[in-house]
Amino acid sequence: MRIAVCVKQIPDPATPYDLDPVTHRVVRPNDQVLDDTDRFGVEVGLQLAEASEGTVTLFSMSPSGSLQGIRQALAMGADKAVIIDDENLAGSDALTTSRVLAAAIEREGFDLVIAGTESTDGYTGVVPQQIAELVDVPSLTFARKVEVTDGGIRIEQQTAGGYDVVEAPLPALLSVTSGVVEPRYPTFKGIMQAKKKPIDTLTAEDLGFSADQVGEAAAGQTITSVEPIPAREAGEIVEDDGEGYLKIVALLEQVKVI
Amino acid sequence: MEFKEEHVAFRKVMRDFADAEIAPFAREWDRTKTFPLDAVAKMGDLGLFGLPFEERYGGSDSDFTTLCIAIEELGRVDQSMAITLEAAVGLGINPIAEFGTDEQKERWLPDLVEGRALAAFGLTEPDAGSDAGATRTKADLVDGEWVINGSKAFITNSGTDITSLVTITARTGPGEISTIVVPTDTPGFEVEPPYDKMGWHASDTHPLRFDDCRVPEGNLLGERGQGFRQFLSTLDDGRIAIAALAVGVIQSCLEESIAYAKERISFGKEIGAYQAIAFKIADLEVAVEAARLLTYKAAWLKDTGRPYKHAAARAKLFATEAAVDATREATQIFGGSGFLNDSPVARHYRDAKVLEIGEGTSEIQRLVIARGLGLPVR
Ligand SMILES: Cc1cc2nc3c(=O)[nH]c(=O)nc-3n(C[C@H](O)[C@H](O)[C@H](O)COP(=O)(O)OP(=O)(O)OC[C@H]3O[C@@H](n4cnc5c(N)ncnc54)[C@H](O)[C@@H]3O)c2cc1C
Ligand SMILES: Cc1cc2nc3c(=O)[nH]c(=O)nc-3n(C[C@H](O)[C@H](O)[C@H](O)COP(=O)(O)OP(=O)(O)OC[C@H]3O[C@@H](n4cnc5c(N)ncnc54)[C@H](O)[C@@H]3O)c2cc1C
Repeated sequence: MRIAVCVKQIPDPATPYDLDPVTHRVVRPNDQVLDDTDRFGVEVGLQLAEASEGTVTLFSMSPSGSLQGIRQALAMGADKAVIIDDENLAGSDALTTSRVLAAAIEREGFDLVIAGTESTDGYTGVVPQQIAELVDVPSLTFARKVEVTDGGIRIEQQTAGGYDVVEAPLPALLSVTSGVVEPRYPTFKGIMQAKKKPIDTLTAEDLGFSADQVGEAAAGQTITSVEPIPAREAGEIVEDDGEGYLKIVALLEQVKVI
Repeated sequence: MEFKEEHVAFRKVMRDFADAEIAPFAREWDRTKTFPLDAVAKMGDLGLFGLPFEERYGGSDSDFTTLCIAIEELGRVDQSMAITLEAAVGLGINPIAEFGTDEQKERWLPDLVEGRALAAFGLTEPDAGSDAGATRTKADLVDGEWVINGSKAFITNSGTDITSLVTITARTGPGEISTIVVPTDTPGFEVEPPYDKMGWHASDTHPLRFDDCRVPEGNLLGERGQGFRQFLSTLDDGRIAIAALAVGVIQSCLEESIAYAKERISFGKEIGAYQAIAFKIADLEVAVEAARLLTYKAAWLKDTGRPYKHAAARAKLFATEAAVDATREATQIFGGSGFLNDSPVARHYRDAKVLEIGEGTSEIQRLVIARGLGLPVR
């Protein structure tokens, strides 16, 4: 099985990062890490590949930087990576991101595409479905369990109250939740092998996009302003005079949680 | 000083692993004095026991620096698990990898390297500690077997459910010490009840007894009579690794102290606003950097094939004494809560002291350093 796993390199969430005051874009440091939610997609890909003598190819659209995040995913065991790195892509919206990833994935060939449900830094949560539409395959989203069937794939799809069982023939796209599997830690051996694994770097033009079809120029949305999250207000202390619980119930009703 | 790309990547893995798989349980293992076999298995899956050993035995062919990084990061969250790794690799596997024949390596290394089994190293005896050459345990060659009689003291990893062998030093003739591998299922090999220790509660330490314990002649490691030279070289490596444990514990004291000093209010201010506390923390930062530099310098000397005996002693001496100071000061910064076993600094305080004792006391390190300086000290 040829498995394409979408992985995002993002600024390390443990260290604060800035937004550019003019463009409102994330100022991307040279060292970006693998988005934690994408470790689950990589693990699912590796398990399916191990079971089917398949291959796992990573796809990422981002400035390469030190490639630390991509190497992390290669060290887990993926076979190769395709990274689309191009100044013209700066300011791309979710749809452009999906177009670019879809073009790269199609060019490489695939039986299954795997993505996270939503990234940690952008969290629009639309890229997987858009890719499925663009490469014209069924999408199985919010998988909390994945199984290979005869010629297809079956998942337990997380719902608000439980799960639905959904299946589709291959080729298909899968978006996985965290909790679908326990991602492995890269071993030292894996880290050393990752140094030798192929990483192809493509530009938007390599994929047939002209400069005005991507990036800021093609974005269907504009970010007009960015506001900091208001500081948290002081909590309200309820003194218990024996009937404090009534006040708490009233407060909970007021914020509509009960 | 710059670490290689793979060192940086591996440190990140180790940090994540230690934070997720070890740290949440460290307090409980300490309280209940549990040797956590499941955590050891996870360390095995991550390839930690095979880091510096050859790939053909299942190892990762890493350098020594990589092992120190693993030990430091484990030591930051749990000194017991760090010493479990250090003793397994540095004392248990190392002599076999270093002095064993190909046949011995093929027999013993794969299980040890994968972490399915643990090996211990029995040098110290009730009457031979710093003066390890005073070993009394005897091994007589009778009909193609070594017949071993004697006892060992303070042997790490010697009594766990997965301990498969103990490498010991024994007298094999007048003025002659040799190294012999004793499988733990050998009749006459006795593991005595564990010590009741001040710290390292999740680490396994026992006295051992040998009563007419017979192992095949072929269990001799390296040449007969080379035992003294062999353990001295084993200990040189071990000293750098113990220094890495010390760096880990100082790092934790620094991080815990910074967090607490910003949060604890006294006389209307965070205690970090008082110089008496802030300066202690500044000193912790200097201590951890100095200890780290000495440790990784020694590791680098070893990795690049340069002499490192002197540097190993220097790193061990400085880092372990700095660790004892750091844990004491961190406990002071935490005030009364630092005296409670629920606080990590209390555990660190109890755990750190032995760093100045094991694998050569501070006094022995000073002796090695002074002799290296050409002084006629005895
Ligand atoms: C005007 C505008 C400007 C923007 N400028 C920037 C910018 O400068 N930098 C920026 O990062 N974002 C920017 N964004 C947001 C961004 O372009 C998209 O939202 C983003 O690329 C889509 O990612 P997401 O994180 O929202 O995807 P989601 O749909 O939340 O991600 C789901 C999954 O899709 C996959 N995936 C998503 N993105 C990628 C990727 N790039 N490579 C590989 N796999 C991926 C991952 O598996 C992920 O788990 C901008 C958005 C707008 C509207
Ligand atoms: C928890 C723990 C785990 C251990 N694990 C192992 C293990 O796995 N394998 C193993 O073989 N051993 C192990 N040891 C033993 C350890 O290496 C010894 O305890 C250590 O070498 C000191 O020996 P000793 O206890 O006999 O002290 P002694 O040698 O009796 O020393 C007592 C004091 O005298 C000082 N002293 C001794 N000689 C001199 C001198 N010439 N000049 C100046 N001062 C001197 C010492 O520094 C010390 O302060 C372990 C010990 C502990 C506590």
